[in-house]
Formats: sequence, C-alpha cells, structure tokens
Amino acid sequence: MNKSICFYFQVHQPFRLRTYRFFDIGKNHHYYDEYFNRLILRRVAEKSYLPMNEILLNAIKDNPRDFKVSFSFSGLVLEQMELYAPEVLDSFRRLVATGNVEILAETYSHSLCSLRNKGEFERQVKAHSQKIETLFGISPTSFRNTELIYSDEIGERVAAMGFKMMLTEGAKHILGWKSPNFLYTNAINPKLKVLLRNFRLSDDITFRFSQQSWPEWPITAEKMVYWLNQVPEKEEVLNIFMDYETFGEHQPAASGIFDFMKALPAAILKNTAFKFRTPAGIAKKHQPVSAIQVPYPVSWADEERDLSAWLGNNLQDDAFEKLTALAGKIHESEDEELIRDWNYLQSSDHFYYMCTKWLSDGEVHKYFNHYPSPYEAYINYMNVLSDFIIRLEEQLPETTKLMGELFENTTKLGREIAKIASKKIHKAEETIQKKYNQSKQKTQPVFENIIHLSDTKIKQLIKEFDAEQLSLLLKDASEEIKQKVIPNLTKKVRNQIDELQQKMTTVKQKDVQAIRKKLEEKLRSFF
Amino acid sequence: MKVLMFGWEFPPHITGGLGTACFGLTKGLVKHDTDIIFVVPKAYGDESQEAVRLVNASEVTIDLDIDEERTYWDRVQYMEVGSNIIPYVGPEEFSKQTELEKRASENFKSKVFSQKYEFSGKYGLNLMEEVARYALIGSAIATKHDFDIIHAHDWLTYSAGVAAKQTSGKPLVVHMHATEFDRSGENINTDVYAIEKRGMEAADRVITVSNLTRRIVVERYGIDPEKVVTVHNAVEPKDKKPSETEKQVKEKVVTFLGRITFQKGPEYFVEAANKILKRDNNVRFVMAGTGDLLHRMVMRVAQLKIGHKFHFTGFLKGDDVDQMFAMTDVFVMPSISEPFGIVPLEAMRSNVPVVISKQSGVSEILKHAIKVDFWDIDGLADAIYGLCHYQALSDDFIKYGRQEVENLKWEHAAAKVKEVYNSAWEAYNNR
Repeated sequence: MNKSICFYFQVHQPFRLRTYRFFDIGKNHHYYDEYFNRLILRRVAEKSYLPMNEILLNAIKDNPRDFKVSFSFSGLVLEQMELYAPEVLDSFRRLVATGNVEILAETYSHSLCSLRNKGEFERQVKAHSQKIETLFGISPTSFRNTELIYSDEIGERVAAMGFKMMLTEGAKHILGWKSPNFLYTNAINPKLKVLLRNFRLSDDITFRFSQQSWPEWPITAEKMVYWLNQVPEKEEVLNIFMDYETFGEHQPAASGIFDFMKALPAAILKNTAFKFRTPAGIAKKHQPVSAIQVPYPVSWADEERDLSAWLGNNLQDDAFEKLTALAGKIHESEDEELIRDWNYLQSSDHFYYMCTKWLSDGEVHKYFNHYPSPYEAYINYMNVLSDFIIRLEEQLPETTKLMGELFENTTKLGREIAKIASKKIHKAEETIQKKYNQSKQKTQPVFENIIHLSDTKIKQLIKEFDAEQLSLLLKDASEEIKQKVIPNLTKKVRNQIDELQQKMTTVKQKDVQAIRKKLEEKLRSFF
Repeated sequence: MKVLMFGWEFPPHITGGLGTACFGLTKGLVKHDTDIIFVVPKAYGDESQEAVRLVNASEVTIDLDIDEERTYWDRVQYMEVGSNIIPYVGPEEFSKQTELEKRASENFKSKVFSQKYEFSGKYGLNLMEEVARYALIGSAIATKHDFDIIHAHDWLTYSAGVAAKQTSGKPLVVHMHATEFDRSGENINTDVYAIEKRGMEAADRVITVSNLTRRIVVERYGIDPEKVVTVHNAVEPKDKKPSETEKQVKEKVVTFLGRITFQKGPEYFVEAANKILKRDNNVRFVMAGTGDLLHRMVMRVAQLKIGHKFHFTGFLKGDDVDQMFAMTDVFVMPSISEPFGIVPLEAMRSNVPVVISKQSGVSEILKHAIKVDFWDIDGLADAIYGLCHYQALSDDFIKYGRQEVENLKWEHAAAKVKEVYNSAWEAYNNR
C-alpha cells in the first residue's frame, strides 16, 4: 500500500502601512512602515525561518530520496527578504536546490483578486511565477490560492492557466461525509486535481501544539506516528498545510516544536506506510477518487472556513470594493511605482485587520494585528487608498493631457499653415485675376461681341444711346449685328434710325469711333 | 472692584475651553477697572499673570482645628467620577488621565483634611476628592484676602465659591459654561446636578453663556429668572499667523471638529456628507476628534461606501487644528445641544465659512453663519453644497464673518460681567 503525506508551508508577510493621516493625502506618497516591516521580518527570520530551514535541510540530507516538502512564497515576502534579510532567501535557495522542494504558484500579492477580477488574477499569477523563476529558477506547476481560497469557478480558472494541481481546505461543510485524505478533482474541469488539507492534524500542530489544557498535549513524533497508523487503510493522501511562522513564532522554540519537527521525518519514514511527496508527486502517483463540489468559496481561516476574515463587514466591503474598482485604470498604467503600490495594497492582510468578529478567533486576529481596532485599520487604509486614487487619476489625465497638448499644437500649426496658405492663395488669385483682366482686355474685340449677348442685355445696352448714335453705330455694321440689334429696337426708334440713315450721306469715322468706344465701355460691364 | 475668582485651569495648562474662556474674560475685566485674584487648584508658575494675581490652592494650608470647616465638609460624600462629568474633555483624554492615577479612595477623608494637599488640577478619578478639598481651600482663602465679590466658573468650583461666600458674606456670582444636561443628555449625574443647583441657588447672580443655557438653568434647575443673566462668550484675537499649509487635495474640504459624542450630532454630518457625495464627487469630508461615537461613525461611513471621501483624523491639537482650518472650505457644527460653541468662531477667525445648528448658543449672536436645525439633513447638505460651490456666497461669509468675529471682544463681554457685579454688589449693600 502506497500512502502519501504532504507537508506544505505558507510563507508570507505583508507590507504593513504606516500611520497615514488625512494631512498626508495628496502630499506624501509613502505608505509603508519600513521600520516595523523590517523588524517583523528580521524577527520571524531569526526565530522561525532560519532555524526551521536548517532542520528541513538536515532532514533532506539524512533522507535525500524520501523527505520532501513544498512551499509557497508570496511576492511580498520575497521582496522583503531581498530588502531586509537576503541570507534567508539564500537559505531557502539552498533548500530548493536539493530538488526535494516544490514551490507552488499563487498570486503575487497574497491578494483576494480571484474573487473579483479575472484579469487581475491572471496578471498576479503570471507576475508571481516570473518572480519564482527569477529567484529560484523553477516554474511552478501546482497552485495554491491566497489563504487556500477555492471554489469550483476559481479552480476552473486556475486549470485554464495551465496548472495541474490545486490545494485547498478540507472544510467540513464541503466534504460532508467524505474524507479529506484522498485526491479529488475540480467539479468543472476534471483535469485539475485538488488536494484537501487535513485540518485536524494540521491544526493540532498549528494551534494546539503548546496548549497544555488540551487532553492530547504534548504531541510527540511517536504520537503523530500512532495517529498516522490510525488513518483507515484506504485513505491514501494526508495533507498537512500550515503557516511557516508556526515554527518558532506562533509556537515558540521553548514549546519543543523544533525538536518535534527534527524527529518527525525519520519516525514517519520508519514506522508508517506514508511516503513524503509534494503536490506534483502526488498528482503523478495517485488517482483522483471523485470531483469535489465547492459552489461557494472556502478558505482555511477561522472556524467558519469562509471569507469572513477578510470580507463581509461594512469596513471590509467598502475598502475592497473601492480597491478592486481601480483594476481597469491600473491596467492602463505603466507607472512602476503605482503598480508596486497596487500590489502591496491588495494583500489580504489589510482586510484581515478590519475584521470585527472578535469572539471566535479574536486571539489569532489580535496576534497578527498592529492596529488598536478594526476602525483604525479602516481609517488608515482608506486614507492611503484615497491618496493612491488621486495619484492614479492624476496619472491617467497625464496621457489625456499629453493628447490635449498634441491636439492644441496640431491645431495651432494647422492654423499657421492655413494662414500662410491663404496668403499665398490670395496672392495667386490676385495674379490670376490681373492676368485674366489683362487678357480679357486684349481679347475683347468688343463691338462685334454684342452678337453674343442675350436680347434683354441688348435692350439694356441700347437704352444708353439715342437714335442718332445708334444709326451711326449701325451704319457700317455687319449684317449679323444689324440682325441682332434691330429686332430689339422699338418701332419708333427703328423709324427714327431709318430716317436718320437716309439723311446721312457721309459719316465721320471719328464720330463712329467715339460712339463705339462708349459702347465698348458699357459692354465691359456686361461680360 | 476686587474679585475673588475660582477656576479649574489657566493657560497654558489647559485641557479644554474652560481655561481659555476664563483667561479671555479676566483680560477683558482688567480694562474695566477690576482687580482679580484667580484661584486654581494647581499653579505651575508659568501662567500669564498680566491680568490676574494667581493663587495656587496647593500651597494654601488649612487649620484643622476650625470646627466650622470640618462640619461643613462632613456633608461631602465621595463620588465616583464618570467620563462625561467634565466639561470640554473627551472620554479618551479622560481614560488616559485616569489610567495614570487609579488611586484608592479609602483615605479620601484623611487626604482632604490633611494640612496641605497637592492638587493635580486635572480631571482625574479623584476629581471629587479634589473638588471637595478645593471647597475647603475656598473658605480658607476667603479669610486671607480682601475682595468685594466672588466669581466661580462651572460646577467644579461652585462649592469653593459657596464656601467663600459663607465665610466672607460677600456676594457670589456663578458662571454656567455648560450644564450637566449639555454634557450627558438626559442621563445626568445627579451628584453633579445637585452641586450645580446648590451653587446657583446660593449665588446672588448666575451668568449663562447663552440664552439656550439660561433657559435650561431656569426651566430644569428652577433658578429664579430674575438673577440669571446671559453674557455671550467672545474669542481672543488670533496672535498667530495663519497656518501656511497648502491645501493638497483638489476637492473642497468640509470639516467637523469636536468631540464625537451624541451631543455634538456627528451622525447628521455623516448623513449630510452622504447626500452630497451621491451627487458631487468634488468634496471631501473630514471628521476631526474622538469620542464614544467614533467607531459607530466609522462603521456608518463604510456602510454608506463613502470611505474614500470621508476621513477621520483622530484628536487634533494646537498646530494640527490650525492646519485643519487652513485646509477647510466649510466648517460644520451640527450640535444637538451646545451651551455656546467656540469652535465656529475659531473657524471664522481662520477665514472659514461655517454652518451651525440653531441649537447652539453661538447661533444667537452670529449673523454670518448658515444656521440649520441639527436634524435637518437636507438643509445641512444644501448649506454645505452652497458654500462649497457658490463663490460669491463663501466670499461674503469669509469677509464679513471675520469682521464679525473680530468684533466679539472679551472687553465687551467683560463690560456685561461688570454690570452683573455691580448689580450683585448693590443688591448686597441694600439688604
């Protein structure tokens, strides 16, 4: 019988916000409490990460073929290690270099975006995989979502991104009578395998290890072995998922947690049927037994195993809605600092601080919280977010502003061009007009041209002359002209002209020319 | 005229507005030919004595053999001090102070009757002990000094004033800055009420800071209206230059500044803000201060989903207040009950137009302020919107409001107080 036990540790630290006052809005864009973040990272590094890495490394050395673990690191904790504790990063790198460690994919910011925004979810996962690739040279194939949040729909999206395996909580309300100790598949896309956390065993270590009032206290490697051997024959996958800070931080070194973890690997390998495997190893080794139906999101937090640690009260909902509404605008932005802050502001911790359900899990919430109350957490976060929104909006109009400037300059330029062009055109027109007039003057043979005029125009024209003049004009005129003019004369004038012409024996050419000239002048206005 | 005046604090060592008001009044009185001996529980030595001769009650010894004093104080019972007992001090400040001095009460009597007593002069858990001791000192001082009239400010000093009157036979004027109903609504501390009532009954004249307060004194304490006179507060001219803070947000800023308690009407401010923000994105609201309703207000703001435009600053002091005013376009005081309300005057002095509730004493004297009923959210929203967006309106309010406030001089208020002294003095001499 081949059974698998899977140890998976979550490593995450948020960028906690400094006290950001109303007076800072619009003025000061630095949001983080560097001193405090550094202090906490250094503390967990020394109390937890470094000693625990040492234990795991030794366990791998002792059992190079058989001891395997898996980790997930948020992008934010990796950035803080780079900033404040590079030796911790090196220590993790040494672990990963053994080849016995699988690193899981997740969102970069330990974000809740899988619940709201598909585009942002994909961007986050991609950014995270890149970060892992850069730091560890590995591309993850298994996925774990922030706080093990999972639903059928989220699983489907994760499958679409190409992941083969996903981890989530073996919550009672989704399992019903089923056991978490099997491999399951996503209800929509059966290609995605799903591993369920055994919350009893996991929480025994995480929460109850040093709880002396608990009847099972203390837990020893032997007791663990005994429990594992109690697991029914057919149940084949046992998943122990926990916060890495459990070791040394939540459960102090004095509780014996490190000694327990030192003894555990060998004890399990020697005395049980379980073999250590990573999620990818389990995907290869085991066959899923069925699909698991999770219509509503589950998580590993609190008694409820739902989202109520981060979302649901008015404070959380308002803050989260205001934040997620910005996704569209952010994606247009290329400003590195804005994107960095966008990442940092998304981490689920900020919403955790705003949680008001103190009764059931108050202690845990209090432990992680540096605000005196959820109200202060909300006020501070909203102040920061208000400033962030101002920056984002200022930055967006930046592009619009540039466009506006461009537009303005273009129109200005256009106007200049038009001005010059119209000047030139005007000049050209003038020249043309001049030339035309000149040529017109030249080509006007004038008197003869009256044959082209309409009868009305002829009538208008001849009104200007008296009968005597007309008779002179027509005296030597061609037949064509006579034909044109005479029908337009009144009978009276015609008779007058006839009479006059008969009297006219000799016509002074000079007189004729004078009249013609006058007529030609008149004519010019007719053409 | 020589005045023996009992106060609880004196600038610069002040926690609330009482000390400021006393200081302003004494400065005004000096201009009206008055000498003042001002008694405080604890003097630090750096108080401004330009207007008064300060007497430190902590340095006054009492003679334990005087039987009268003993019998007089046999009646004093120790009282538990609640946070809303104190004028002008928020619950948070109160708990901060009491945290430091969780003193046992069993040796109360022995302490009060010890020969010397070190007052804290604050508003701590042992407040009642201090009030009792202060009264004892009151009679001791009355025998040692020469004066014509006694003037006591607020209930903390009333017992001292009454004791001084009994010892010296001189007329007593008590000054009502805030009644127990203003501090606690209907859930009054009956011990404090009793001290107030006894003080006012024993007094020859009662000065109230507004007609609103005068009505309460007459109707709820049953004091003879004949001897109750309203003298409105004034405001010190601003000695500092206006804060040079540049406003860093482009939106209009509308501010509430005060204790976030039921009496101050913070919820009407939140609801009005919501109405405006639903239509107009170009406004930010700020609630400055703290109090027992703070968390409820935060929750309501989140529920209305206006948290990105509605900010909380917590308690502001000194320069922060100036900075806040420098950034403010409209100041709002929607108090449900406010004996006077000095903050709108400070806002106007800093060139900020104000909207105040008709239920505030200060609304009786201000012309250049928009006055609405505290419950009229639509009216409140209208007024705020108008002052934000109609330049001509706000310009006028800023200009004339400032002039108006500059004319509210303590000198004038002091003249009225002097008249009260004179009438008390005459009545006393014509007995």
